[in-house]
This record gives sequence, structure tokens and C-alpha cells, in this order.
Amino acid sequence: MLEQLINGLTQGSVYALLALGFTIIFGTLRMVTFAHGEVFMGGAYVGLTLFTYLTPSLPLALLVAAVVTFIMGALIEIIAFRFLRNAPHFSSLLVTIGLSVILINLAQLIFGPETRSIPPALIEDLAFGEIQIFGFYVTYLQMAVLGVAIAMMVATYFFIEHTPIGLAIRATSQDHEAAYAMGVNVNRIFTLTFAVGSMMGGIAGVLIGLYYNVFYPTMGILLGIKAFSASVVGGLVSMPGAIIAGLTIGVIESFAVDFWNASYRHLVAFVFMIIILVIRPAGIMGKSGPMSGRGD
Amino acid sequence: MTKMVKELIANSPLIGLLALLLVIPGFIENQYVLQVMIFVGIYIVLVLSLNLLNGYVGLLAIGHAAFYGIGAYASAKLSIELGFPFLLSFILSGIIAGFFGFILGRPTLRLTGIYLALATLGFNVIVWLIMLNWMDFTHGPLGIMDIPQPELFGYKIESRTDYYYLMLAFVVLTLFSIHRLVSSRFGRALVAIREDELAAEASGIDTTRYKVQAFILAAFYAGLAGSFYAHFVKYVSPDSFTHMESFSILAMLALGGGGNLLGPVVGASILTVVPEAFRFLDEYRMFMYGGILVVMMLVRPMGIFGASSYSFRLKLFDEKEKSYDKGDKFIDLGDDTGGKTPEGSA
Repeated sequence: MLEQLINGLTQGSVYALLALGFTIIFGTLRMVTFAHGEVFMGGAYVGLTLFTYLTPSLPLALLVAAVVTFIMGALIEIIAFRFLRNAPHFSSLLVTIGLSVILINLAQLIFGPETRSIPPALIEDLAFGEIQIFGFYVTYLQMAVLGVAIAMMVATYFFIEHTPIGLAIRATSQDHEAAYAMGVNVNRIFTLTFAVGSMMGGIAGVLIGLYYNVFYPTMGILLGIKAFSASVVGGLVSMPGAIIAGLTIGVIESFAVDFWNASYRHLVAFVFMIIILVIRPAGIMGKSGPMSGRGD
Repeated sequence: MTKMVKELIANSPLIGLLALLLVIPGFIENQYVLQVMIFVGIYIVLVLSLNLLNGYVGLLAIGHAAFYGIGAYASAKLSIELGFPFLLSFILSGIIAGFFGFILGRPTLRLTGIYLALATLGFNVIVWLIMLNWMDFTHGPLGIMDIPQPELFGYKIESRTDYYYLMLAFVVLTLFSIHRLVSSRFGRALVAIREDELAAEASGIDTTRYKVQAFILAAFYAGLAGSFYAHFVKYVSPDSFTHMESFSILAMLALGGGGNLLGPVVGASILTVVPEAFRFLDEYRMFMYGGILVVMMLVRPMGIFGASSYSFRLKLFDEKEKSYDKGDKFIDLGDDTGGKTPEGSA
């Protein structure tokens, strides 16, 4: 039971990380990206490549994946959003869909369409080394996933709340025209926010990739939409909401396997999302949250 | 000239086009080309039905493949297990899809913009997951095979040419009925809702009712397309109805441009034919698909025919065309967080 909870929290912390990235992007740009899952996939493949061909070091993989997906995010923002700032929002949405198709095919071209995995010997220590806490076992990998995810969340919170750039991001998210009038370089903030959100997706990719050790080009599709769901359940603009929703969905999924048919566990996130949309469209966190101050 | 002759001349481009489409199978040797044309027809119906929502009402529905799939599975089930004749299972699968449209639309149409988009996307994924996992009913990833060929009034539809004519009739009927719909009071109400929901409501339009009706209709046509697909391919599997399929339909609408009837037809034709024509590129093919979408949106964000309404009708004798569509935007989310933002309209 407790182990199930740990599994759920581990899985959920990755959902939360993805949803957080999504929420930061939506909170600032007020736009949805459908390429988030593919950025996640990109991060996972960076992890795969580094572990297999260079050195099995988690910090290095995280660092490189963060840099790569940061750049990916910045590029996506410039192509899909900056060029289309005055077009209908619908157009940006479709460009991100187009980019996600391109990215999936790019991954197929580079890494092949088949499912790949890191040779187990390389991650043996990480995946099977266990530590006993309060009488139940947690693998190092689970600890690492949880630890990195939580560290990222805390870091993001401080970045948004306690740095000058964070202040500019919050100002832009509240009213980008007013922020522009106050001398904020809004375009740069949009790109930066998008890149930071994407970076979190990339880090989530490394974590999930290592955790399950399966990599395939379309791995980001379902997870990307799950991240939307978590983000919607959390209220789309609330950072704590996204985290709580991500963790909740992870835990419910993990218990759903026990009580229900395992293959239906993916339904949890989506059913949860539609129920929330119908009964409480503002999300579980309602009005509160540091990113939700915009009066529109 | 009598009125009838005038009408005939005015509509001559359309009649000519129809005549061309009627004789064209006689000149096509290649069965594969006919098959592609049949798929063009299926996608035209799908895009036209999505256009009702995204183009006319200005909603952002992005899970249309759900209704397409529901129609296909319903038709497969009805004709295999209950032995229903084609026409009956065809219409019933449309009605079933429409019913699901009601189930989804009734509670979610209070939502606008991105919230509705995510609800429809979520619905699409749920339907797909159920198709994939409900082994007893849908055979999961194996899909349903041996769907019988349609039989109409004692004539068995077998060859590609037969299917082509069935498709042509289906597309023409759809185009005609949707044309009648959108140029009726109903259609004007939909456009009014798109232009300004509050003003529409103030003018006595029951916006929720109209939106739900449009949603049911869109799902109905998508269900019919699904049924046609099932009887044409004779095999349905969950992979054909993922949200990627929805995105394809959406891309066709975006490419052609919504809010009129020509855009969807052109968009569906281009995005069905072009990837086929570039089949020799093999794995690079989908690059192009993504590339078209990206470049098209950057160059012409409203789609090819997005900015106004078009007609094949020659305007020789028309007094003065009333246009409700001048200066339309394809879709204006405006306040994209919709009416249900955490802050409301404060």
C-alpha cells in the first residue's frame, strides 16, 4: 500500500513537473502549446544518448537535457508565437501541432522508430539500489525522481517570486501591455518563460525515461496531454494547483491499477479533467496562486 | 429568360464541376487514385462538420475524431452483430454519434476557448482509450474486421467505382444540407454567436441551445463519415481515431479556412492528396505535413479562404448579395481564457 503510494507520488511528481511547465507557459502567454510532449520526448532522448554513449551520470544528463530543451522551447516560442503575435490564437495552436509532428518525425529519423532502452547494466545501481525508510523500500531512482522534481518546483517558485526576472514574468502575466509600458521587454520575457517551461518538460523527460527505461518517438503524446489535464485540473494558471493536481493524478493512477483494470489507468487524468471542467472550471485551486493575478 | 434558366446559368460552374466529378471515374484506370479520391470525400465531410463548430460558431473543438470513431464502431457493430442493412446502420451511427455529441456538448458548452478545446481533446483520448481497452466490445487493438460491404436497394457496392459514386452522393448531400443549414435562420444565429455572444443573447438567441444543436449536428455528420469509412475499409481499429487524426482534420480546416464551405473542401483535398503524392518520400512525408501546417499558418493565419465567404455561383443576375461574413475572422478567441476564468469578468 505504502509502496503503491510512493510509486504514485514518483509518477505524479513528474506529471506535476510537466504540468508546472505547461502552467508557467499558459500563465504568461495565455496560449497553449501542443509541442510540450515532444519537448519532453526530446529531453528523454538526450538522457538516453548521454547514458548510452557517454557516461551514465544523472546530473550531467539533467544539465544537458535542460540546456537542449531550453533552446528547443525558445525556438518553438519564436516560430509559433512571436511570428503570430497578432494572428488568431488558433494559428499558434496549429503551428505547435505542426512542430510536434515535425519533432516526432525528427526523432524517428535520428533514433529510429523502434522502442529503445539504456543497457540495463548502466543504470543498475540507480534503478535497483534500494534504501529502507520507515520500514519500506524506495529505489535510488525513485528518490532521485522525487528529489529532482521537488527541487525544480522549489527553484521555479523562487525564480518566479524572488528574482527580478521573475517579477518581470509576473508583471507580463498580469498585463503584458502594462508591463511593456513599464519597460519590460515583453517579447524576451515570453521567450524566456516558454524556454523555462520547456526546460521543465525536458527534465521530466530524463526522469521518466530513466524510470521506465523505454524510449520511443511518440512517448510524449499521451504524457503531454496528461500534463494538460493536470494543468487544467489545477486551474491552468496556478502553480500550486498544477503540482497538487499532478501528484493527485499520479497517486490515483497508481491505485487504479490495484482496484481496476491496469490498462484503464490512463483514463484517470482525462476523466478527472472533464469532471473538473464541468463542475469547477477554475480548477481545484480557484482564485489563489502566484500566477493567477491577471484580471481578464 | 425564365427564372429557372437564370438559375441554371448562374449555377453553371457548380453543375459543370459536378458533371466532371460524375464522369471522372471513367477516365481513371488506377484504382489507387480512386481510393485517394474516396478518402478526400470522407475528409471533406469531416472537415465540413467540424467547420460548423469551429468556423461558424467560433468554438474551438479539437477532438472530432472521437465522433468519427464512434460512428465507425457503431456502424461496424450494428451491421455485423445485428445484421442491419447499410442504410440503417449508416443513419443510426450518425444518430449515435450525435447522441454522444449531446452528452459531451450539454455540460461542456458553457466553457469557451481553450477550456472547451481541452475538454473535447480529453473526450477524444477517453474514447480512444476505451476502444483500445474494452476487449469484449471493441476487440481492443485488434479492431473489428470483416465489416460487410454496403448494399443499396439490392445493388451491392463492391468496386472502387461503386464506392466513389456512393461517396460522391454522400459528399453532395452533406454539402447541400450544410449549405441549407448555414444559410437558414439557424446558420445566421450561429454566426451571430461567433461574432458577439452577448449581443446574440440580447437579441433573443438561446445561445446554449444553438451551440448544443450545432455540436450534435457536427457529431452526426462525423458519425456518418465514420460509418462510410468502416464500410469502405471494412476494418476499424482504435489507431484510426486518435487525437492525431483530430489534429489532421483541424489542420485541413485551418489550411482551407473556416466559416465558409469552399475552404473545408479545398483544405481536405490538399491535405489528403499532397501526402499521398509525396509517398515516395517515405519517412520524410510527415515532415512535409508538419511543414505545410507551420508555413501555411505563418503566411496566411486565416487559411486559404478564411477571410470571407465564397460561392461558385455566377453573380450575373443577382441583385445584391447580402453578406453576413464580410471581414470575419476565422476564429476569435479574444479573451482566450473564456467566460470561466478564475477571476470571472472582473
